[in-house]
Amino acid sequence: MSDAQTSLGDPRALETHVQTTKIRFRPAQFWRWAAGPAWLLAALVTWKWPDADDFPATNQFAVFQMVIGLVLIALAATGRLKDRAPWAFVLGLGLGAWELIQAKLLLLPRPFFGTPQDLLDVFLTDWKRLGDSLFHSLLLLAGGYVPGSILGIIVGVALGRSHHVRYWVRPVMRVIGPLPPAALLPLAFVVIPSTRWAGEALMALAAGFPVAVLTWSGVSAVDPAYYDVARTMGAKNRFLVLRVALPAATPQIFVGLFMGLGASFAMLVVAEMLGVKSGLGFYMQWAQGWAAYPNMYAALFVMSLMCTTLMTVLFKVRDHLLKWQKDGLKW
Amino acid sequence: MAERRPQMVNSTHPEAPLGLTLSHIHHSYHMPSGSRLVLDDVSLDVEPGEFVALIGPSGCGKSTLLRLVAGLESPDAGTLLADGTPVTEPDPSRIIMFQDPTLYPWRTVRGNISLGLDIRGEKDPEAIDAAIRLVGLEEFAAAWPHQLSGGMAQRVALARALINNPRLLLLDEPLGKLDSLTRLAMQAELYRLWKSQGFTALMVTHDIEEALLLATRVIVFSPRPARILANIPLDWPSTPHREDPRLQELRAEILRHLEAVMAVG
Repeated sequence: MSDAQTSLGDPRALETHVQTTKIRFRPAQFWRWAAGPAWLLAALVTWKWPDADDFPATNQFAVFQMVIGLVLIALAATGRLKDRAPWAFVLGLGLGAWELIQAKLLLLPRPFFGTPQDLLDVFLTDWKRLGDSLFHSLLLLAGGYVPGSILGIIVGVALGRSHHVRYWVRPVMRVIGPLPPAALLPLAFVVIPSTRWAGEALMALAAGFPVAVLTWSGVSAVDPAYYDVARTMGAKNRFLVLRVALPAATPQIFVGLFMGLGASFAMLVVAEMLGVKSGLGFYMQWAQGWAAYPNMYAALFVMSLMCTTLMTVLFKVRDHLLKWQKDGLKW
Repeated sequence: MAERRPQMVNSTHPEAPLGLTLSHIHHSYHMPSGSRLVLDDVSLDVEPGEFVALIGPSGCGKSTLLRLVAGLESPDAGTLLADGTPVTEPDPSRIIMFQDPTLYPWRTVRGNISLGLDIRGEKDPEAIDAAIRLVGLEEFAAAWPHQLSGGMAQRVALARALINNPRLLLLDEPLGKLDSLTRLAMQAELYRLWKSQGFTALMVTHDIEEALLLATRVIVFSPRPARILANIPLDWPSTPHREDPRLQELRAEILRHLEAVMAVG
């Protein structure tokens, strides 16, 4: 009797019992080892299940899925697939589902809804033109965003530091600034002989306005004591602007650069669709005109990649320059 | 070779402490609601090497006086001479230190301390090291200002001032926001630096005891507009103790001056 009582009453005995018998489900382990096989399974479906119609590049797509699946398994085995494992798994299944629904069962109306292999085919056959379009878009963007941002910072600092500049420039900014730059496009194409320059000028405007306003706000918010500290040690205006006002306003300036980049993307696409005869926007317009929807999706994909990469670069630069801040937004 | 002084050395500046002559200084602040007189006929002589404490009610204009001496502002009327030369603009020989450390958050401790050198385009890593050692912050040279405590930040501000080898240090309640223990430590630090570095000091404070312990002379100001009520030279034969009975007497005397005007005003 006493034996039974002690074995029931001892909590430690119970605990070890549970631990040894219960098989624990570990989600991290599951995602890690499920991601690769999910892609392989999808590859098998792509390869073996007959297409509902004559689609290009089906086998290439199966190879693509298989390679990704093998790479994921290799990454899992070497312990380098951790945080991204759930995403890799879901992406594999998602692509597989798309393949099944459209390429194998043809459940959605064509040609507006393409298949994964259609998209892959565009990259395989038209990559030269896509790359060329990307290059021209980047060129056009740089030609507008970079000068616009520099000009915006200069104007913003001048607004923050000089009463005269405020008096003359502020009303002009208030009239022109809030106007969507795209609204000026018809005018710009008439006034500026080159459509390319017109697009760049409007992108510069699109970027310059938010950068100028936020730089201005950052510079006016600088603690006057910062200037006093430098002045008492003999600093002149040049040092006060470049080494005190600008670094102090950097957090705000980057908000402006971020907003300006977004506005420039919008302006870039509009300019390329309406006048400039190159770039991803032009490619999309052209593809849509020929009802070449896979090409349009491919261009959209490349454009999204371009935009997110540029944003990431901007945030990396910001994180580096603002490493002195206690905390910062992570992109 | 010339004898090297134990403290920081910057050969480009003569290091003799600075003397000040203020005569009949008037100064007003101009605001939308009208102008407001803050300094009313202030005359004051400061000998080279003195440590003068300025005491008076809040907002009486003591800080304005420091800003005028620093050259950050010009007086409306009166003459202000530093070693016989009129003060027209800020100069690294007259450094002001504020109640807030006002360190630049985008510069490390080391970067903040080297500010004066950067402004003048000088490179002198040894002087920076010496200044960091002087305030005992060797381990924090690479830290960002937000990582420092209030006392450490104020020590950085002190080192940032001293690297300029100032001949006059203007202290605008530099210990006002520190907790009492840190404050005691910083008082000792300030006293030690004044003794060793050879500069004239002009310090605004609200703490009568602090003024009596550190200064060689205490000036008592009236409420705004500031006039000089009393000029009390202190000649302690040795470093005074906080419990010294003469200290308590002087403390009472200063309070009497202040209470008399506060009651009327």
